[in-house]
Amino acid sequence: MLRIECPCCGPRDHDEFRYGGDASVTRPAHDDPDPEAWYRYVYIRTNPAGPHREYWQHVTGCRQWLVVERDTRNHAVASVDFARKSTLRKSPA
Amino acid sequence: MSSNRKRLPVGGRISREVPLDFTFDGRKLIGYRGDTLASALLANGVTLVGRSFKYHRPRGIFSAGPEEPNALVTLGIAGRREPNLPATTLELANSMDVESQNRWPSLAFDVQSVNGLLAPFLSAGFYYKTFMGPTRRAWMFYEHFIRKAAGLGRAGTGPDPDRYEVRHAFADVAIVGGGPAGLSAARAAAAAGARVALIEQDFLLGGQLLAEPSDSAAAAWLRQAEAELKGFETVVLMKRTTAFGSYDGNVIGLVEQRDPTGPKPNGEARQTVTMLRARSIVFATGAIERPMVFSNNDRPGVLLASAARTYLNRFAVLPGKKIIVATTNDGAWRTAFDYAAAGAEVTVADLRAVPPAALAAEAARLGVMIRAGTRIVDLHGGHAVRHVTLNGPEGQSSAACDLVCVSGGWSPTVHLTSHLGVKPVYRDDIGGFVPGAFPAGRLGAGAMIGAYATADAIEDGHRAGIDAAASGGKSAPVPAPAKLDLGDTATTLLREAPSVGHGKAFVDFQMDVTTRDIELAHREGYESVEHLKRYTTLGMGTDQGKTSNFPALAAMAALRNATIPETGVTTFRPPYTPVAIGALAGRAIGHHFKPIRRTPMHDWHMANGAEMLEVGLWMRPYFYRQSGHDVNEAYVAEMRNVRQAAGLMDISTLGKIDVQGPDAAIFLDRVYANGFAKLAVGRARYGVMLRDDGIVFDDGTTTRLAENRFFMTTSTAKAADVLSRLEFLLDTAWPDLRVAVTSVSDEWAAMSVAGPNSRAILNAAFPALDVSDAALSHMGLLESGWGGRALRILRLSYSGERAYEVYTGATAGEQLWSRLLEAGRPFDLKPYGVEALGALRVEKSHVAGPEIDGRTTLDDLGLGRMAGKRSGFVGDVLRRRPALRAPNRQRLVGLECIEDGKRLRGGAILFLPDEKPYGHGRGRITSVTFSPERGHYVGLALLAGDVAAEGSEVVAVYPMKAETVRARIVSPVFLDPQGERLHG
Repeated sequence: MLRIECPCCGPRDHDEFRYGGDASVTRPAHDDPDPEAWYRYVYIRTNPAGPHREYWQHVTGCRQWLVVERDTRNHAVASVDFARKSTLRKSPA
Repeated sequence: MSSNRKRLPVGGRISREVPLDFTFDGRKLIGYRGDTLASALLANGVTLVGRSFKYHRPRGIFSAGPEEPNALVTLGIAGRREPNLPATTLELANSMDVESQNRWPSLAFDVQSVNGLLAPFLSAGFYYKTFMGPTRRAWMFYEHFIRKAAGLGRAGTGPDPDRYEVRHAFADVAIVGGGPAGLSAARAAAAAGARVALIEQDFLLGGQLLAEPSDSAAAAWLRQAEAELKGFETVVLMKRTTAFGSYDGNVIGLVEQRDPTGPKPNGEARQTVTMLRARSIVFATGAIERPMVFSNNDRPGVLLASAARTYLNRFAVLPGKKIIVATTNDGAWRTAFDYAAAGAEVTVADLRAVPPAALAAEAARLGVMIRAGTRIVDLHGGHAVRHVTLNGPEGQSSAACDLVCVSGGWSPTVHLTSHLGVKPVYRDDIGGFVPGAFPAGRLGAGAMIGAYATADAIEDGHRAGIDAAASGGKSAPVPAPAKLDLGDTATTLLREAPSVGHGKAFVDFQMDVTTRDIELAHREGYESVEHLKRYTTLGMGTDQGKTSNFPALAAMAALRNATIPETGVTTFRPPYTPVAIGALAGRAIGHHFKPIRRTPMHDWHMANGAEMLEVGLWMRPYFYRQSGHDVNEAYVAEMRNVRQAAGLMDISTLGKIDVQGPDAAIFLDRVYANGFAKLAVGRARYGVMLRDDGIVFDDGTTTRLAENRFFMTTSTAKAADVLSRLEFLLDTAWPDLRVAVTSVSDEWAAMSVAGPNSRAILNAAFPALDVSDAALSHMGLLESGWGGRALRILRLSYSGERAYEVYTGATAGEQLWSRLLEAGRPFDLKPYGVEALGALRVEKSHVAGPEIDGRTTLDDLGLGRMAGKRSGFVGDVLRRRPALRAPNRQRLVGLECIEDGKRLRGGAILFLPDEKPYGHGRGRITSVTFSPERGHYVGLALLAGDVAAEGSEVVAVYPMKAETVRARIVSPVFLDPQGERLHG
């Protein structure tokens, strides 16, 4: 019964979204040869009871990937933003 | 005729001018509009209504609401049979057919009540002990009999002929419960300007006010409140609607029963589930009265005191004339007074040494006998009460009676507020659990938060209604509510310890859990309430222990010498009351269970003998009936025709993705394990994608249409996942890449012309096009048009034959299909289905879903060389993990059947010839086909690399059909290893 405020389409039921996992892990660069880095990215999760940054895609709407900050204890959504925006912000460029 | 012999001539909220016929176990009875089944049975003097779950003890009606543990019945016949319905919430309707449950051969004479004699074996922990101990084998034998003996009603076996709906609804303020608090809250919220939904489980509003005489001040207040609410256009009154669950996002799940007395227009849903989302929710769910625990407290003729009052005042039923009211609190005295006023002989046995003086005075005025400091210890009677044993200051005595009304206090109804994990907290002053801190957007009002007095509940509801509306920004001034003081002051309560005579004293009536079971659980160390529940099955019935939870944990607290809060409560979970699966499914049944996707050529397939197969959401031709009388005959004929002449296959279901942008080639280079940057414009390439963990994700063909534009195809099954994954990578990993991906799956119709005659067929269909090998070589692209429509031809082969994939706009698909078939007639072009397609690819060792199963790597599938020495693509690093390269890892091999007249089967487990066929084996067969080329069955298998030497033998075991067959490991390419046919 989650509802996500899509920054493109407005508030929508979670039925319209696809869950995409933990958004707090950093993906290694595509040519990073370090197995340890990829191992951490693919397998290591903190599983917090509390605020959690995670990816959701608005599949039956604008198809944008979003970063949703959700409290795992009560599903309260604190923030939603385009994943593209927060990824671009993070990269040094 | 004794019809309605317990019914009073006047009063109540029933329409005596609307009699309703119904049957109970075949007996014809009459009730009235406004009755529940329970009140109609009581009015007709029916006291024995069911048999208990385990001991088959006679049981009657105990309550007047959804908490009913005993009076469960089965309604209806054939497909409409609905079991385990509480008679107390079933609104009586004409021609209702009702059956009692759990009795054989009849309700009054039940053979299995001898289970009572077996009682020592059916005590707490029975199932656990029987399962775990040395008696485990005996259980296998007895289970059948015990399951038959212990149980509830049976559902119908036919399809349900009724319709159900699921819908979504919205409100500013939702109010659960239409009692004084809920009515007051609804009025206040509506007056403040909010859109209000008022949810009431009963078919009448009023809650406990309905237990008041129909000519009282309470009734007048109720009439006014309902009229006021009807005056608001912004208020939706949802009667016959139960809030069964409370969910995240301020959503409550509601199930609404159709008015069973109303007209039944065709197609109206019998039940409607509504997921109601509200800005604020006011829980005004009231409280449930507790039973008292004494020997034989489960006999027919024992009623909750408030229920007895409801039957008298609401339904004008006087179920007894000589009455004992046993209580720990003030509330039950009102039942005593009303029964005395109705002419019954009443004795109050109050556990308190000194009941309040005002009550004593009123009792004296009405001629009610008082036995202070007195409790019931035992009850005597079988199908009806005969007398009770009382124990008080003057010692034990016997009192004759025909009705016992009990009240062990009240438990606030905190189920819904607990569904989201808010633990109830104990309030010593009211002796009950109330909700813990409410989260934002949720409020409580009335008895459920301990405001038991009606005047307080109204005041409380008023405040909650205003607050709820205000939190949604609606705060118009609200006039004060009409006052109603029933003198039902806050209940004073004495904690009751169970008192037990000779017989069983029940705590959970429905699950047949007694005080002795709780003692046993305590003795054996199951002291926590969660353990107690599971060990004794307490609270696990369809009533979910609404009346038993508190007495049980009070009993455990006493045994542990602990306080109630120390003992704690079990977790409440949805649903509050049982909800039929049909109601939850709504219209999503049969063909509407999931959407169906049809290709542009679907109608042609249907009109031309195709047997269709569901592949995910898609409908695809399985085989064509003109090819053979069954699938096995047809697919072999179809694949033979492809190899010898030509076949036409609908491949519109493939995922199709348009990839464009200046960095498109770089992007594809990263997502595919094999390189695409150097692919020439106008050329196609087979590609394999990995997941981040190095496991193969999907495969397909991607064609370079222009320098910065590619046309990707994916497998049918993974189309959505691949697109989503590409978007994920672009949005989160490489936002600097200037690439856009768009699904064009539904824009294109696609078909494959495969076989040695395929080029000639294309030539005939499009004489103006140059499809010579020079113009269109293997893996080449030809873009053109026909009749003003797009035409895209890719020379690709899945079958191993010379083949072309032909694409056109979806709306022209069937036209193109027919044109190709027409042109192909002289060349023996025939359609083929997915079974033949699968067989053709197995012969050529092309992997598909059964091999790309989310567990296999490139190396496992023999595709390791595709990646070569490349790096920097998705999954490259983790695919190199040592475990994924272990020598005994299963890898793709070919198998051929070497026993005449036998066959291979997909899913068979592979063992070495000298091995005992036990366990997971050395591998498994993934795909099989009969190979017309080889003349026997061949298959693909995943087999441990250390035993996968070509030429050696394995045994394929298929336990489902008790088949064992020998097979030889061979090269997986069964046909044309040099690939010469591609050019043939």
